[in-house]
Amino acid sequence: MPTSKSEPGAGRGGVYDLAVIGAGPAGLAAADAAAGLGLRVALVDAGSRLGGQYYRHPAPELGAARPEKLHHGWAVFARLRDRLAAAPLVDHLAGHHVWAAEAGLPGDDAAPWRLHATRGPGAGDRATVLARAVLLATGAYERHLPFPGWTLPGVVTAGGAQAMLKSGLVLPGHRIVVSGSGPLLLAAASSLVSAGAKVPAIVEATSYLGYARGLPVLAGNPAKLAEGASHGAVLLRRGVRLRRGSAVVEAHGTDRVTAVTVARLDARWKPVPGTERRIECDALAIGHGLVPQIELAVELGAETVTGPDGAAALKVDAQQRTSVPGLWAAGETCGVGGADLALAEGVLAAHAVAGRPAPARELATRRRRRSFAALMAAAHAPGPDWTGWVTDDTDVCRCEEVPAGEIRAAVTELGAGDARTVKLLTRAGMGWCQGRMCGPAVACLSGGGTGRPDSRPLSCPVPLAQLAAPREE
Amino acid sequence: MDPLDLVGAEPGPARTILFDGRPVPALPGQTLAAALWADGVLAWRTTRSGGRPRGAFCGIGQCFDCLATVNGRPNQRLCLLPAEHGDTVTTQEGHGHADLEV
Ligand code: FES
Repeated sequence: MPTSKSEPGAGRGGVYDLAVIGAGPAGLAAADAAAGLGLRVALVDAGSRLGGQYYRHPAPELGAARPEKLHHGWAVFARLRDRLAAAPLVDHLAGHHVWAAEAGLPGDDAAPWRLHATRGPGAGDRATVLARAVLLATGAYERHLPFPGWTLPGVVTAGGAQAMLKSGLVLPGHRIVVSGSGPLLLAAASSLVSAGAKVPAIVEATSYLGYARGLPVLAGNPAKLAEGASHGAVLLRRGVRLRRGSAVVEAHGTDRVTAVTVARLDARWKPVPGTERRIECDALAIGHGLVPQIELAVELGAETVTGPDGAAALKVDAQQRTSVPGLWAAGETCGVGGADLALAEGVLAAHAVAGRPAPARELATRRRRRSFAALMAAAHAPGPDWTGWVTDDTDVCRCEEVPAGEIRAAVTELGAGDARTVKLLTRAGMGWCQGRMCGPAVACLSGGGTGRPDSRPLSCPVPLAQLAAPREE
Repeated sequence: MDPLDLVGAEPGPARTILFDGRPVPALPGQTLAAALWADGVLAWRTTRSGGRPRGAFCGIGQCFDCLATVNGRPNQRLCLLPAEHGDTVTTQEGHGHADLEV
């Protein structure tokens, strides 16, 4: 697989049969399967190394002999990586961050899809990739619910703590509380303790009772249970305590986090007065699950569905086709469901794009894992009263430093009824991160719910010089 | 156990970066943010309106909390930049352009 980091202009090879955006589990499996079916593939990815966030791994210079120690399913990644390295039909366009997609006419060489990517800060660091079909495999980003003190140094995202550990072999502290909701917390905590951190508590907002309603689904997904059990075993062995039905309602410290207050939650996630406990720590890893990253498709008008956790995902048919002709989607972009599901959907999408029948094994995996994903999303959906722990002076938008009080005033005094109006009145969500960190929280505090997908003309920051440069044809 | 032991890492010799004038070791392949975390440093900017300390939050280039001045250029995301020998990182105040103001 030729790897390209530097050549300018319209990709290396004219019009590709398929451009896959994202080199995580879904994108890798799709590129591999598509090349196996004879398609010429551009695997376009913002990262410098294959793998996305799930298979993120140390830079080769760190000389890690056993990278698999920080991963589940590393063997699957190693096999895909090796196969792609030997695949002449796949070009890996590393360090290419796609900021916009222009729809093409499916299958039409004269009017192909045009993916606009930025490769760096310079005016010339732009690239356009041409393809007859596009597969969106951009994964998901984390959902965060603010609380007093969440902007203190030492409070990091659970995914971020894992990412920094997997790629840089570092920890944010020695005593790390892990808090939020969803299976990522167990995975993160288990990596942290394996790497030598003390985790005094995992604070999980749900009671896990939601899973009891889905026993048949659980029985059909033994691999997911085994994965959960293996994290559980690591955590048990290290004496890590799981506090269910609780949340960190405040982080303490002046220049960095030194302790947290944990409170029990009622069924609606309202903190129960009198149940507060203080836990000393020097770092806190937080996260409330994942939200599909779909802005490129939303901008093109793709239809979405709202999942059981209130998050918008792309609507796809049995072939992984979105409502936009020529645009396909796989993995977390169709609803967060984990790596096995993403791998299966990547393979299914590749077969569909190539006009081949769907392989039975992947069909079965998709069916099982999609029902598991729905169960999981419902079990960990944020309760409506979590806003009860957000004080008026808690910054909700980290970039623009907009406190909850201003957002509430925009709603109650100025009559804003949705996140967009609140944004215009308060600047919440208008900063560098473009609402990625605060979006779901702002939507909830505005009374607009979390289901409406954000629409952004650019999916990442682009240097003005690149936007202003004339189109190369 | 530490993270390097866990994966059996055998990196080459550490490079040296300067954080606010103080030498900090950085292993080859680490980002500037990772090198600072390994040294126990969690904050390297102060916010524009509240003057509050911030450092890396998302670790993957999405939150922009990890901005700092690198080799004189403000607003660089340290979680994305590989640490090079001799890099100078300076705590960034506000938008990082105070020196341009008259
Ligand atoms: S830590 Fe979020 S962008 Fe660097």
